[in-house]
Amino acid sequence: MISFSLWDIVRHLCVGAAWTAGLSLVAFALGGAAGLGVLFARISPRRRLSAPAKAYIEFFQDTPLLMQLFLIFFGFGLLGLDISPLLTAAIGLTLFTSAYLAEIWRGCVEAIPKGQWEASDCLAMSSLQRMRFVILPQALRTAIPPTVGFSVQVVKGTAVTSIIGFMEITKTGSMIANATFKPLLVYALAAVFYFIICFPLSALARRVERRLHAACAR
Amino acid sequence: MPLVLAEGIQKNFGSLEVLKGVDLRVEEGEVVAIIGRSGSGKSTLLRIINGLETFDAGILSIDGERRTGLEKDLRPLRLKVGMVFQQFNLFPHLTAGENVMLAPREVKKLSQRAVRELAEETLSKVGLADKFKAYPDQLSGGQQQRVAIARALAMRPKALLCDEITSALDPELVGEVLDVVQRLAAEGMTLIMVTHEMRFARNVGNKLIFMHQGKVHEEGDPRELFAHPKTPELASFTSAIQ
Repeated sequence: MISFSLWDIVRHLCVGAAWTAGLSLVAFALGGAAGLGVLFARISPRRRLSAPAKAYIEFFQDTPLLMQLFLIFFGFGLLGLDISPLLTAAIGLTLFTSAYLAEIWRGCVEAIPKGQWEASDCLAMSSLQRMRFVILPQALRTAIPPTVGFSVQVVKGTAVTSIIGFMEITKTGSMIANATFKPLLVYALAAVFYFIICFPLSALARRVERRLHAACAR
Repeated sequence: MPLVLAEGIQKNFGSLEVLKGVDLRVEEGEVVAIIGRSGSGKSTLLRIINGLETFDAGILSIDGERRTGLEKDLRPLRLKVGMVFQQFNLFPHLTAGENVMLAPREVKKLSQRAVRELAEETLSKVGLADKFKAYPDQLSGGQQQRVAIARALAMRPKALLCDEITSALDPELVGEVLDVVQRLAAEGMTLIMVTHEMRFARNVGNKLIFMHQGKVHEEGDPRELFAHPKTPELASFTSAIQ
C-alpha cells in the first residue's frame, strides 16, 4: 500500500483543483456564449424561437445536473459513441450554464423600462440595433453581479462531475480518502480548495454590486 | 394629399373601447393640438399613428401610404414620423450628442462626420449646443426633453408627434420646451401634439381637436373653439383647466 504524506494529498488535490478551475472556465465561457443565443431566442417575439428556448431553460433548471450528465454520458454511449468524462462534463456544464445565464440575463433585459424600447422603435431601429445599442449596454450593468454570483454555482456544480469519473477536486479527494482512510482531513482540504476558488468570485460580485448601487444613487 | 389621414379608427383594450371611430386629417405644415380629459383616447390615437399601438378597425394612411395595422416592419413608417415622449426616454448610458447621433448613424448609415454635424446642428437648434457631452442625468428635465426633440429631429421626420411632452416637467421648465416647439412650428414642421397647455394650443396651433370618450368631439380653429365652444363638454373642460 502506498503511503500518503500531507504534501502528497495537497499535491494531488492541486491537480484536481486545476481541472475544476479549467472545467469551470470552459463551462462559463462557452455557456455564456450559448446563453446569449438562448437569451435572444427566449425574448424573441416569434414563438417558434421563444417556445423552444423556454423549454430548454425549464429543462436544465428543473432537472438535477447529475441527471443531465448521465443523459449525455449514457446517451452518447447508446449512439455507439464513446464519450470521455471530460467531454461529458464540459458539454453538460456548458448547457447547464447557458440555461441559467439566459434566464438571469432575460430578467435584466426585461427590467429595462418600456420607454427605452419604444424610443428605439420610434427612431426606426431594427430589433438587433435596439438590443445592441440601447438595451444590452444598460442590461449589462445590472447583469454583472448576478452573473459573477452564478459563476460560483458553476464552480461548485463541477463537483457533481466526480460521479461520472471526471478527476476534479472531489473525485481526486474521494480516491485519496479511500486510500488513506482519512476522509475528514481530505474532504476538509478539498473544501478549502473550493473556497479558495469561489471566495474571490463572490467577493467580486459583492464589490461590483456595491459599486453599481453607488452609481445608481449618484 | 394629407400627411396623416385617419378614418373611423377603433381601438379596444380587451372589453374597453378606447377609440370609437376617430377621424383625423393633418396636412403638411399643420400644427394640431389634441386635448381632452385623461382616458379620452388622445395618447392612444397618437401612438396608433406611429405604430406603437395597433388598431382594430378603420383606415389609416401616412404620407399617402395605407397602413393595415398588421405590418411586421414599421421602420419605413418610423422614418417619416418622429416621436417625443412625456418621460423623455433618453438613452441614459449615452451623452446628449450620442443620443442624437445613434439613429442617423446606425439606421440611416450616415458617415461619422455627417452625424456629428447633424447632432451639433439639431442640438443648437434646441439651444443645447454646449451640452453635447453631457449625460442625461446631468441635465434638467427641460434640457432632457429638448435633447429628445433634437434626437427626433435628427432623423428628419415629416411629422413630429408630441405626447404630453411638458407634463413631467417642473412648471418653470415648461416654457423652454414650448419655445422650441413654437420655433419648429414657425419653420413649418408638421406637429401633432397631445397637450394640456391650453394657451399654447390656442396660440400656436392651427387646429384643435377635442377628444371625449373615444371620439373627436369637436374640432376646428383653436381660437374660435376656445372662445365659443359648441358643446357643453368642451366648455366645461376648458373652464376646468383655466
